[in-house]
Amino acid sequence: MAASTDQVASKCIDGYGSAIGMPQLCGDWMANQIFWLVVTLVIIFLILSRIALPRIAEVLADRQSTITNYLTASEELKSKAEEAERAYTQALNDARSEASRLLDASKAEMKKELQAAINKADAEISVKVGESEKSIAEIRNNAMASIEKVAKDTAKEIVVALGAKADAKTINAAVSSKMKG
Amino acid sequence: MAAAAQPSEKSDGLVFHPMDQFIVQPLFGSGPIHWYTVTNVTLWMGLSVVALVLVMLVGTSKRALVPGRAQSIGELAYGFVHKMVEDVAGRDAVPYFPYIMTLFMFIVLSNFLGLLPMSFTTTSHIAVTAVMAIAVFLAVTVLGFVKNGVGFFSLFWISSAPLALRPALALIEIISYFVRPVSHSIRLAGNMMAGHAVIKVFAAFAGVALISPLSVVAITAMYALETLVSFIQAYVFAILTCVYLKDALHPHH
Repeated sequence: MAASTDQVASKCIDGYGSAIGMPQLCGDWMANQIFWLVVTLVIIFLILSRIALPRIAEVLADRQSTITNYLTASEELKSKAEEAERAYTQALNDARSEASRLLDASKAEMKKELQAAINKADAEISVKVGESEKSIAEIRNNAMASIEKVAKDTAKEIVVALGAKADAKTINAAVSSKMKG
Repeated sequence: MAAAAQPSEKSDGLVFHPMDQFIVQPLFGSGPIHWYTVTNVTLWMGLSVVALVLVMLVGTSKRALVPGRAQSIGELAYGFVHKMVEDVAGRDAVPYFPYIMTLFMFIVLSNFLGLLPMSFTTTSHIAVTAVMAIAVFLAVTVLGFVKNGVGFFSLFWISSAPLALRPALALIEIISYFVRPVSHSIRLAGNMMAGHAVIKVFAAFAGVALISPLSVVAITAMYALETLVSFIQAYVFAILTCVYLKDALHPHH
């Protein structure tokens, strides 16, 4: 900053308001600087030590305790969550075993029912098979009888056609014996 | 910053008055400067108090749990210095934390205020830094004797060195101990003064049209460097105070 030109020239300032040598070494000003420095430092010290530093220390301590509280709370919540997870896993396992038990039971029941149905069906089938066999045998017997009769008649006709006297009784006996084979 | 352009009796082109920015002058009227005169020293020291109130009091007045910008700066400064005191000087030095905080805040705020154009840099004066350095020196010496009694002399008697070397080392230690306030104060004042004077010299060169672009670039670069230096010198002053405090509390090597 330029010294105002109306300033009285002293041993540190020339007639044009410029410094002579280093202003830092001008003894005339030192008492002034020291006095105001002491005043300033005392004011700063009082402001800092009485108000500012305790206030900031308090704010920092508050923040630290808040963080600690939140950390404890979160720890608590975490343990609660873990407990809930354990309960959930337990319930899930219970449900699984119950489900598999029910599944086995219903499987066994169904097997039993299936077996009963199979047995019933088998019985019905065997009855039907018996009936069928009987009717087949009947049909076969009827067929055999019809064949025998046709054979006897045919034999009689052949014998007659050959010009011999057809003895019904003999021919019948001969055919029957042949059919029995 | 108009000092360099001021007319002078030898005004033939470039005029350098890089030291005019450090002149102490009365704020009101003119006349001799007594110890109580309100000067530009008063103004800029007062502004550092205003800045301190803004940062440390107004900024933190809300006591917000989640700090805003201003409160963050206050808390950052607090944490920075507090950690420095704890780490460098030890846990038992924490009671002296407000004193170191006072020095650090005054120096850092004065340095930054001094970077404003047309401002007066109070910390560029050896009278200012020497008072602080001597205060630290005296306080630390008295504290050392109060805490340790005669045991404080063991700071100079290095028991880990060979016995034959100890007297010589003691002499060196004593000299270095008494040189402390000198280096402590000149380091800060010298750094601040040199940087500001260099900026002013570059500013004078800006009067020549051909050189002025280079001059502006140089001023910008110096300004950036000075911003760094402003903080670093405040830090160095505070950390050296912590080191001296540690020696006073624990003189045994």
